[in-house]
Amino acid sequence: MSTCVRKFGRWVSLVSKRGFSTSTCIQEDASQQSLKSLNLCSAVNQALHIALDTDPRSYVFGEDVSFGGVFRCTTGLADRFGKQRVFNTPLCEQGIVGFGIGLAAMGNRAIAEIQFADYIFPAFDQIVNEAAKFRYRSGNQFNCGGLTIRAPYGAVGHGGHYHSQSPEAFFCHVPGIKVVIPRSPQQAKGLLLSCIRDPNPIVFFEPKWLYRLAVEEVPEDDYMLPLSEAEVIRQGTDITLVGWGAQLAIMEQVCIDAEKEGISCELIDLKTLIPWDKETVEASVKKTGRLLISHEAPVTGGFGAEISASIVERCFTRLEAPVARICGLDTPFPLVFEPYYMPTKNKILDAIKSTVNY
Amino acid sequence: MATWLLGRSRILTQKHHLPFFLASFLKHTSPSIHPFQCPLSFSRYESTKAEAQLELDHDVVQDHHNQVIDFPGGKVAFTSEMRFISDSTEKRVPCYRALDDNGDLVKRTNNVQVSKEMAVKMYSEMVTLQTMDSIFYEVQRQGRISFYLTSMGEEAVNIASAAALSPDDIILPQYREPGVLLWRGFTLQQFAHQCFGNTNDLGKGRQMPIHYGSNKHNYFTVSSPIATQLPQAVGAAYSLKMDGKSACAVTFCGDGGSSEGDFHAGLNFAAVMEAPVVFICRNNGWAISTRVEEQFRSDGIVVKGQAYGIWSIRVDGNDALAVYSAVHTAREIAIREKRPVLIEALTYRVGHHSTSDDSTKYRPIDEIEHWKMARNPVNRFKRWVERNGWWNDKDELELRSNIRKQLMHAIKVAEKAQKPPLEDMFNDVYDQLPSNLQEQERLLRKTIEKHPKDYPSDVPL
Repeated sequence: MSTCVRKFGRWVSLVSKRGFSTSTCIQEDASQQSLKSLNLCSAVNQALHIALDTDPRSYVFGEDVSFGGVFRCTTGLADRFGKQRVFNTPLCEQGIVGFGIGLAAMGNRAIAEIQFADYIFPAFDQIVNEAAKFRYRSGNQFNCGGLTIRAPYGAVGHGGHYHSQSPEAFFCHVPGIKVVIPRSPQQAKGLLLSCIRDPNPIVFFEPKWLYRLAVEEVPEDDYMLPLSEAEVIRQGTDITLVGWGAQLAIMEQVCIDAEKEGISCELIDLKTLIPWDKETVEASVKKTGRLLISHEAPVTGGFGAEISASIVERCFTRLEAPVARICGLDTPFPLVFEPYYMPTKNKILDAIKSTVNY
Repeated sequence: MATWLLGRSRILTQKHHLPFFLASFLKHTSPSIHPFQCPLSFSRYESTKAEAQLELDHDVVQDHHNQVIDFPGGKVAFTSEMRFISDSTEKRVPCYRALDDNGDLVKRTNNVQVSKEMAVKMYSEMVTLQTMDSIFYEVQRQGRISFYLTSMGEEAVNIASAAALSPDDIILPQYREPGVLLWRGFTLQQFAHQCFGNTNDLGKGRQMPIHYGSNKHNYFTVSSPIATQLPQAVGAAYSLKMDGKSACAVTFCGDGGSSEGDFHAGLNFAAVMEAPVVFICRNNGWAISTRVEEQFRSDGIVVKGQAYGIWSIRVDGNDALAVYSAVHTAREIAIREKRPVLIEALTYRVGHHSTSDDSTKYRPIDEIEHWKMARNPVNRFKRWVERNGWWNDKDELELRSNIRKQLMHAIKVAEKAQKPPLEDMFNDVYDQLPSNLQEQERLLRKTIEKHPKDYPSDVPL
């Protein structure tokens, strides 16, 4: 699978710090399909084109989506599918999600965009008390399974408090929704199409740092990748590393560096955070005897804590060292101090060494 | 007033664009209860919104160059006079009614005609709702159900709004509108099943009493948050519009709900999306113990419509005929014009907020009594129906005894029915049972086996 890094303006400076994740999980017959080199933004765009094209009852809406969106993920959709199916909304996140729930409850696929994950909080009530409970509270008489909420998340090097956060853990505490985060263009397209077509409401966080940085060969056709299935993207024997989204790019580099020091890392992309694939992580940890989890969100109460607890429950006797968590620090996301805040390569590498030498 | 006149003349010149039913309204409508006071409402049908706005400004002092600012959204005239818009109009927005407190038809009312059959059904359902409330309330007091919440005093808003709609219209209720569901054919037995949370409850015993919902009756399941349904109604309405359906979404909230962000979101989205949705706000004076003076400083809810670019009307919520007329007309407007309408129904929560509340702690009993007796919506409508010769004492006796019997039977049946099975605790979180829930169900069953006395004996395992 060929990969490359494209340099776009301000992203240039980031390239040295952040790579991107390769994908190995495309269908077997991928080689026969028409592939195109796409960045993550274009892969999302392609998925949205396919979603709108294949289901006339699908809609894309959110702040500024009509002209293509501030990240350009919705480029060309309004021109092709019309302003009645692809439209701007007022700047009101609870309105966007509430509207989406109503639209989805009438049997449509409502694909809502929240411009930044940092701004999803006004919609928290609609997501937690409404979308997540819609099916359950009605005894399965109603559901809003057609709802997919897309939101760019995570660090970008200059985003400060309100353009950098990773709020996934808040939503992982909510039975009734699914939380999905892709790591690469190929994954983004396949997972997004699965989310849009899944009969449950889903929050889909897109790693905005990778929108233009991550480029890989993406099949041009309509394909879906399974939800709630983690993927071992690198085999190893000494320690299991678990992550998702943009953080996997860092963790991949760590694997290469660790290998040079004689440590064999197994890297797992969780992809779906709830309901998550414990079995794949469990099987890996039973093999390696060690686990490290890494995410950008603050360590305390992060989803890493849940993974850690679950794996300790299941693999206690097989663990040869405490579970390590290398995550964001427990501060608001700090602009100037971002390099200190982040779960960087060497922080992870050091933790791997201590875990292996425990 | 000059503004109003300009607006009115403008509307009259537009009459030929209007559907017949609207045009006939304009002819016979007295200005004070005119539903079309806002000339801007027609802006969508004109080439430029700006011109309409400019005309309105003739009564303010414009600067001598007569210049305008060509601003996104339309032209705005300049004025040399610094003048703040007041916080309110001199007079409060009047309240439309068709029946006076005695149930007499008021003069020159432009109410929608109601047939004998319809009127009798409306009255019967109002009595049914009232009776259901008083009996279920007692059943809760006896500790047989965990909670209850009455609609007492708001029977007219409940039943008359339902009567004015088509069964295809989608209802997104708050929680004090069970009358709409009753009107649509949800049986007293089904109400009882839900309140007892038994295996026949469509909601599978998962929610507190009064959280009804029925797909068959196009009535979305109630959730406790008070305004979350409002933006959802816009999404549902947008779907109806895109599907070309001759139906609208109708959503309810209270005066308290109008303070929530979702109220703003819902109304603003509805206007911008041009969604066929009717917002019915039951301004019943009290949000638990918070009176309207502590809720907002506007002239109620009705004035908020204009700020969002939505037609709105204030109606006497205790006048079933007025509510019926307003909702019937609002529905027609919403569907034909593809636009939202806001209805503020002035009513009064005669009961406590719920069985967990004692409202005599925070409001005068005299006030409650006044609304319960002098302004009782059921009695008022009854007088009108009787005066038309459509109802008599014999009918009344028969109706009340019949409903009472039905309710007693329904309660008996619901109380005896089995609880929903344990598996219903885990179903429907997602469309399919994920592995974590499978595991939790398995573990729970083991625990139940080990400690059966810790758990209810009436839930089938």
